[in-house]
Amino acid sequence: MSEIRYTDQHEWVRVEGDIATIGITDYAQEQLGDVVYVELPEVGTQIAAGDEAAVVESVKAASEVYAPVSGEVIEVNEDLDGSPAGVNEDAMGSGWFIKMKIEDMDELDKLMDEDSYKSFVEGLD
Amino acid sequence: MRYLPLTEADRTDMLQVIGAGLAGVKSVDDLFRDVPTHARLDGPVDLPSRMGELEVERALSRMAAKNVSAGSVPFFVGAGAYRHHVPSAVDHLIQRSEFLTSYTPYQPEVTQGTLQYLFEFQSQVAMLTGMDVANASMYDGSTGCGEAVLMAHRITKRRKAILSGTLHPQYRAVVENLSDFAGDIVEALPPALPDRTEDIISRITDDTSCVVVQTPGIFGGLHDLSAIADAAHAKGALLIAVVTEVVSLGLVTPPGEMGADIVVGEGQSIGNGLNFGGPYVGLFATRQKYVRQMPGRLCGLTKDAEGKRGFVLTLSTREQHIRREKATSNICTNSGLCSLAFTIHLSLLGEEGFTRLARINHANAVDLATRLGAVPGVEVLNEAFFNEFTLRLPRPAADIVDALADRHVLGGVPASRLMPGVAGVENLLLVASTEINTDEDRAAFAAALKEVLA
Amino acid sequence: MTAMNNQGRPTGTGMSSNRETPTFTGNRALQLEEPLIFERDNPGACGVDFDEPKAFTPRLGKLARKGSIGLPGLSEPEVIRHYVRLSSKNFSIDAGLYPLGSCTMKHNPRLNEKMARLPGFGDVHPLQPVKTVQGALELMDTLSHWLKVLTGMPAVALSPKAGAHGELCGMMAIQAALKARGEDATRKRVLVPESAHGTNPATAALIGYKVDAIPATEDGRVDLAAFKAKLGPDVAAIMLTNPNTCGLFERDIIEIADAVHEAGAFFYCDGANFNAIVGRVRPGDLGVDAMHINLHKTFSTPHGGGGPGAGPVVLSEALAPFAPLPYVTHGKDGFDLVESEAAAAADGQQPFGRMTAFHGQMGMFVRALAYMMSHGSDGLRRVAEDAVLNANYILASLKDDLSAPFEGPCMHEALFDDRFLKGTGVETLDFAKAMIDEGYHPMTMYFPLVVHGALLIEPTETESKMTLDLFIATLKDLARATKSNDKDRFLGAPHFAPRHRLDETAAARSPVLRWGVDVPRQAAD
Repeated sequence: MSEIRYTDQHEWVRVEGDIATIGITDYAQEQLGDVVYVELPEVGTQIAAGDEAAVVESVKAASEVYAPVSGEVIEVNEDLDGSPAGVNEDAMGSGWFIKMKIEDMDELDKLMDEDSYKSFVEGLD
Repeated sequence: MRYLPLTEADRTDMLQVIGAGLAGVKSVDDLFRDVPTHARLDGPVDLPSRMGELEVERALSRMAAKNVSAGSVPFFVGAGAYRHHVPSAVDHLIQRSEFLTSYTPYQPEVTQGTLQYLFEFQSQVAMLTGMDVANASMYDGSTGCGEAVLMAHRITKRRKAILSGTLHPQYRAVVENLSDFAGDIVEALPPALPDRTEDIISRITDDTSCVVVQTPGIFGGLHDLSAIADAAHAKGALLIAVVTEVVSLGLVTPPGEMGADIVVGEGQSIGNGLNFGGPYVGLFATRQKYVRQMPGRLCGLTKDAEGKRGFVLTLSTREQHIRREKATSNICTNSGLCSLAFTIHLSLLGEEGFTRLARINHANAVDLATRLGAVPGVEVLNEAFFNEFTLRLPRPAADIVDALADRHVLGGVPASRLMPGVAGVENLLLVASTEINTDEDRAAFAAALKEVLA
Repeated sequence: MTAMNNQGRPTGTGMSSNRETPTFTGNRALQLEEPLIFERDNPGACGVDFDEPKAFTPRLGKLARKGSIGLPGLSEPEVIRHYVRLSSKNFSIDAGLYPLGSCTMKHNPRLNEKMARLPGFGDVHPLQPVKTVQGALELMDTLSHWLKVLTGMPAVALSPKAGAHGELCGMMAIQAALKARGEDATRKRVLVPESAHGTNPATAALIGYKVDAIPATEDGRVDLAAFKAKLGPDVAAIMLTNPNTCGLFERDIIEIADAVHEAGAFFYCDGANFNAIVGRVRPGDLGVDAMHINLHKTFSTPHGGGGPGAGPVVLSEALAPFAPLPYVTHGKDGFDLVESEAAAAADGQQPFGRMTAFHGQMGMFVRALAYMMSHGSDGLRRVAEDAVLNANYILASLKDDLSAPFEGPCMHEALFDDRFLKGTGVETLDFAKAMIDEGYHPMTMYFPLVVHGALLIEPTETESKMTLDLFIATLKDLARATKSNDKDRFLGAPHFAPRHRLDETAAARSPVLRWGVDVPRQAAD
């Protein structure tokens, strides 16, 4: 049973066992506009929660994507290299960025669930 | 004042319009009311008053006349800036209003002229250097060299550069200065005619981000970079090749074919005059895989809303106006008009003209080396060179250059001027010969040198 | 009646229609399509005449080039036509108003071009013996004098190659001065207003500073209280643009400078907007420690499609000893050029290093000095006055049609925001593109970032009232049109430029940056 959690920086994380799949939310991709490039970390990199994990670029902006949890990067979405548009097309699915091995499951408790994120976003507009 | 269109009547009318909507504005002085009172100047500062064209021309021409211009004497000065013949069409075209008085092409619909020549420039630079891509130019070769080192640090995530002894000492100073402030490390080999490849290779470690080698080197020598490239790559470091005489690329193996990862160059030789050191045009080329780590502007191809081919500035997210403190560089300008001059001149030359120009340069330099080498007490130090080489003289070169100047020959650059305080270079003289030198020029140089040394 | 001429050309106007008539070439009269120079390749043609050198023995060692380069061949007329056609696709100051805020697109006098091309300036090598370049050094010395008097500062470093390079030079001088005081390791923070040019934070970060943003007040200026709260013993400098990027003079500038100095830090001023105050206010009287001057803005060296520029930096007493190499001095036999640390030490200086090979943008120095001498101290004062007058005239004339975020008077730029576009379906970008169809270059858009959908207009002093009146009338008409139903005037704009809007997303997603196999040929439709 997988569960999706959100950060206030518009990253999402889907947890399956101790593996976290991470991407940016649909709201974020909409705000960015056409994504033209995604810079991903190397597999094996250790990243602490809140640190920069990736960079996503549109024509007019470059935004850091922060790791919602601490751990080691075990896979990156190489499809994004050739077709960054994937982020716009399916941000919550095939447009995922990285997979991490979660070090501390308790960190997930600090993140928002879907309803909280939804009302958080509504509060932004 | 001839450049200011507003008349007194205009000013009065305009102030009335402004004053109608803004309380208390009756005069121009009132428009400056946010300036603290004591900082407002009451009248003009202590400098001369306005002048007509004729007077300005007279004053500046008088200053200009105090200089010995390169075209007025047999001229053999190089060391990073070279006198070549620039066809008349170049200067005519770059002075067209549409090129001269336009800005950075941020509105691509009305700046396709600039964008297309930048694309042509990038293509030409990539071709000459044997690299995949080039940017729309840097301020000059030396600052480009500094930026290349920073780029290598970004790519390798290491902070130590090795500079070969063939690198122009002023380029070295620019790199050292930048690294010093950025907190990076530079290991510079002492100036060397050719530095021994093994001396460089033995210094490359797992901390090395890049090796910077110039060819032709500051002393004119040509260097095979392949072994250094292999050694650098084996340790995960990059090879940065520096070319200060771009005409050499018409005749010698381009750095891209010798494994360079970044090539920086001074493009002044093509299309641009000596200008006492600037403005020049920095060339910057690299491999496709590093393109997003490049500094400076880039022009890319695309289509417009109707499907017509067009050009835009692209990958701007690397740049300061978007990335701010996370930009790849703080650079805002390129060297637009100088890159246009480069592109036009190279288009006039074409493959045939450019390679022939390179052969003439080499032939002239070989001839000059032969003539000067025959002067008693003079030794030519280089085996292989392009259009510049180094002489060992029996006495300090600076004095001899001065004496030659008194005989109306500008006979090169004393190595001691570029590397003050370095032992063993006092008697070395760097000498360049390009297509501008005639047989008579070279004969006059040899005769003058003989006379000075006698 | 004498004989009627019933032969010869018809004299009517023909049939006129608004229909877009296709042409065979894709050209539209004077709007000429032009392929890339590589597509103009005419093998065997060459634009120069050189004789092959006489037979000789090459001395290239093993490094002779083997392959060809791939450069196209063209004769001179072909090259000239190519670049003339390209030029016709550019907007330029000479052709019309170019009101790019922050860029100071003023008239570029041709006298300056002529002076820079005098052989005594244009055809002189930077490494010639110093005794053969006395006039060049005199020019640099004279330019320095003018810059010092105009800014009220005691020293100037000429060598920086552009504004951002000048910023870097100034910040390096600051770091060198802090180092001399033993405080370089403790002072690691630089305060930068959020309205600053992007180069400011980029420059500070480049030499290891942490950038700390200062918020703006409701009236578009530095929030003095917030700024003071950020000051501390770890602050190295503030980087402040004045007049600022909203086109406003920082009223609290003296208090800011005093507070900075009291905290032991330095005041770097971004001089991009010096045109507004030249001859009327000296930065030296405002407590500035370092300021770069964009010669290509205030002193009218041409922008050249994006360079070359020049960015000399004026320095206060405290920073003057650290100015970089090289510099000009008055020696016993005339002017001298100090190029080494040893020579500088003998001169009592401690240069921090070198910004560039050689001595800076001499070609720009000549142009700038020609411009300054032409205006004189009286004319330069008038430059600032007219630049400010023109901007205020625009602000006053348009503030009821567009929307202005700040009350005037402004300095040399009039800033508007996008409130007037609310609910129209037209955005700042569309509005700007519609200006192209009206024959204007758009103003600076979406900068400064502190104002939503910003439109920053800098007319400069070289525009006549007649030009401004038509410009104002045009913008009023456009503003009215945004409320009408004809949105295509904006959303489809520009309609009449050499190209319609270009696909920047496609360009960035798969960059094609050079001629080669993956370049699609121009369609000959």
